[in-house]
Amino acid sequence: MRSIPVRYRRAGFLFAVAVIGLGLPWVVTGFQSLQLSYVLIFAIAMLGLNILTGNSGQISLGHGAFVAVGAFVTAIGMQRYGMNMFLTFPIAALVCGMLGFFIGLPALRLEGIYLALATFALGVGAPDLLRKPAAITGGVRGIVVPPVISPFDWLQDEQYFYYVCLGVAVIVFLVAWNLLSGKIGRAWRSIRDSELAARSSGINLAGYKTLAFAVSAAFAGLAGSLLGLANGFVSADSYQVTLSISILVGSIIGGIGTIEGAVIGGLINEFLPTESHDFIYQFNPSLSTAAPGITQGLLLLIIIFFARDGIAGVIRVTYHRLRLRALGRKEAEADVMPKAV
Amino acid sequence: MSDFIAQVVAGLAAGGIYASLALALVIIYTAVGLVNFAQGEFAMFATFICYTLLTNFKLSYFIAFPIAVGIAFVAAFGIERAVIRPFYKSSQLTTVLVTLALLSITNSTAGFIWGYVPRAFPSPFPFKPVNVLGVSVSIQDTAVIGVTLVVLVLIWLLINRTRVGLAMRAAAAYPDTAELMGIKVGNMRGFGWGLAAAAGAVSGILVAPRIFLEPNMMQGIIVYAFAAAVLGGIDNPVGAVVGGLLLGVTLALVGAYIPSLADLRLEMTLGLIILLLVVRPSGLFGRPHVRRV
Amino acid sequence: MSEGNGTQPILDLRDVHAGYGAIRALHGVTLSVPERTIVALLGANGAGKTTTLKAISGSVRAHGQITFGGRSLIGSDPADTARLGIAHVPEGRGTMGSLTVSENLRLGAYTRRDREIGKDMQQVYSYFPVLKDRQSRPAGLLSGGEQQMLAIGRALMSRPKLLLLDEPSLGLAPLIVKAIFELVRRISEDSGTAVLLVEQNAVAALNIAHEAYVLEVGRVTVHGSSEELKRSESVRRSYLGY
Repeated sequence: MRSIPVRYRRAGFLFAVAVIGLGLPWVVTGFQSLQLSYVLIFAIAMLGLNILTGNSGQISLGHGAFVAVGAFVTAIGMQRYGMNMFLTFPIAALVCGMLGFFIGLPALRLEGIYLALATFALGVGAPDLLRKPAAITGGVRGIVVPPVISPFDWLQDEQYFYYVCLGVAVIVFLVAWNLLSGKIGRAWRSIRDSELAARSSGINLAGYKTLAFAVSAAFAGLAGSLLGLANGFVSADSYQVTLSISILVGSIIGGIGTIEGAVIGGLINEFLPTESHDFIYQFNPSLSTAAPGITQGLLLLIIIFFARDGIAGVIRVTYHRLRLRALGRKEAEADVMPKAV
Repeated sequence: MSDFIAQVVAGLAAGGIYASLALALVIIYTAVGLVNFAQGEFAMFATFICYTLLTNFKLSYFIAFPIAVGIAFVAAFGIERAVIRPFYKSSQLTTVLVTLALLSITNSTAGFIWGYVPRAFPSPFPFKPVNVLGVSVSIQDTAVIGVTLVVLVLIWLLINRTRVGLAMRAAAAYPDTAELMGIKVGNMRGFGWGLAAAAGAVSGILVAPRIFLEPNMMQGIIVYAFAAAVLGGIDNPVGAVVGGLLLGVTLALVGAYIPSLADLRLEMTLGLIILLLVVRPSGLFGRPHVRRV
Repeated sequence: MSEGNGTQPILDLRDVHAGYGAIRALHGVTLSVPERTIVALLGANGAGKTTTLKAISGSVRAHGQITFGGRSLIGSDPADTARLGIAHVPEGRGTMGSLTVSENLRLGAYTRRDREIGKDMQQVYSYFPVLKDRQSRPAGLLSGGEQQMLAIGRALMSRPKLLLLDEPSLGLAPLIVKAIFELVRRISEDSGTAVLLVEQNAVAALNIAHEAYVLEVGRVTVHGSSEELKRSESVRRSYLGY
């Protein structure tokens, strides 16, 4: 069996993904379309974290703050100023991007565990800080977000929303892919691997690191906008630090640093809690409430122990092994698909 | 004036609780080199165990307390051996993630065993205030301060005046050399985890009567413990205690005398953490933080 | 100088291989240390001298035969070998800077449970009076020579049967080196401790050692009494510099 050149394989892969992505809403229920929207929303947020942590090596336990800000931008924009939904997206991205930049500045002085602590403080403080100016953010009650209505007769509301999320996700993925595979991505990864080496090769550490913060915050903000629309309302208290942690954990499990990893992470975060709950419920109803937390924790430990590159990494390795076996060594090694990381 | 003293006492009591949990964080950081984000959950779990001893086994508070602390010590030692030991040479991100995983598992397990309905925690110390030298002081607060002080002093003595404490300090700072002296560094790390869990357990058990016992109870407190640890110097046990007491008293006084800021105490604490980390990571008493170039 | 009078060597290495991951440093080292004897291990930088000591104390994994008092040390870790009576003073002395002098010494006796630790500490202070003056100070504040004395004193606190010294002269002025080496000889005679002394300073080492080995690229190339080595012209040229 001759091997197919990389170009065609990759094109085929993307084509398959496009078909699945576009076709899914037609073969699932409305509720499931909404679930898939959540998957995309998480994936967008996780992609941001993949860029920040997986590529530029900065840990953040507080990205939920940016998600919250993005959600509020959309909610306030639509509810109070009657803006069009699509207009709030770039505004949210811009606001969060700038916020991320300003937070990235002091973050330059922190590293590793200290950065984790500082961002943890951010993640804990965000809901509290956002709740306080009640006039703007609606305080404890929050702000109701106008529901998403499909402008087309042949498209249900949930399906329409899914396509909106898909559109945003595709744009975000393209931007990420562009950044990661180019000069900027290489600079980020060299910073992650060794700041000293990066600096001595003339890379402007401050510039790239704050850029990573800004981009990841912008992505998180977009995810927040969509999240607010999906939930139907935005309230400060629903963006606790557990959200930040679950985004980080999910992106690690999915595969830190890659676009595929973010998507898998989104799938995990959306479906694992409910599936594990229902699964355990059959055997032991009282254990089922603990199932999501325990499963996530165990899965995280397993990934850290055995599969540092997450599930995406496992899939990639398995795919290559299978190719090796099917084609024989020479053909398979002739063109190794370059990793995004 | 008497009101002021009462506030200070209340502040010291709260501060003692922050101090114990902060001490737990600092012990782990110095003995093991990582920040345990799950420390609050460990404390919560130990508190639940104490609760079970009190209600299911009907033990006296003064027996259940040390037993629960002892169980926390042993369990943490075991967790270190099983879960943490493989990760010593790993990156900071990895250690953060491992502790996050522990956080998740511990929290969910507690939820599974005891449920999420808040319970009242019995305490032998009444909340009623008592008149001491013209000052109205709560017995609960005084007891908390007393117990905290005793425990913290015991831990200090253990770390600084015993053979095993000396070995632990050596193993933490100079693991290779300590091994050459015959010290089993792995066991010393486990010992450090155990000691930290014990300190955390004290914190949890003492705070439980005033907030309700439920799996998420320590999440509000861990933030103040982090602040206290960073304030005192993340590698200085005495600093952690001083930081905790200072923080407790300051927050109490702000709450009582500056009403406009009273509502922002959490934000102020978080701001303090971030400010300290950026400007002066070694806090008040810590060793100057050397940045790896 | 007389040879040690034990018939069975206290330490015996046969065809020992050891290394760091993929880098092999020892390619079949064979040497032995008789009881109550000072043996010098000489050689250039990178010859494998430090690795040999690490293989003995278990800091580095080794293959081959390493016997100590009749017992195999292969597979032991440093804490185990310390308990068996081997005191290893590593390269760079390994003083625990943030702990006080007396705390360092007390840690040396960690493997002991008897009541004579205090007595031994006084004995160490009599060998090294300057340590007694500084006993409550952090060890990191001591000068290089004082730290070396502390490291040796700490090793003695365990009442070792074998003392491994890695480059004690490193970074020290010649007079201090001489004084310390004299003390090592005196201590070894007083307590009957065997010593394996790794040194680049061959002259100083040969002055107190009974026998010596020369290590070259992970193998023993020369072995003899210190007198023989001092007289041998090739050794003098290569290692003694004259």
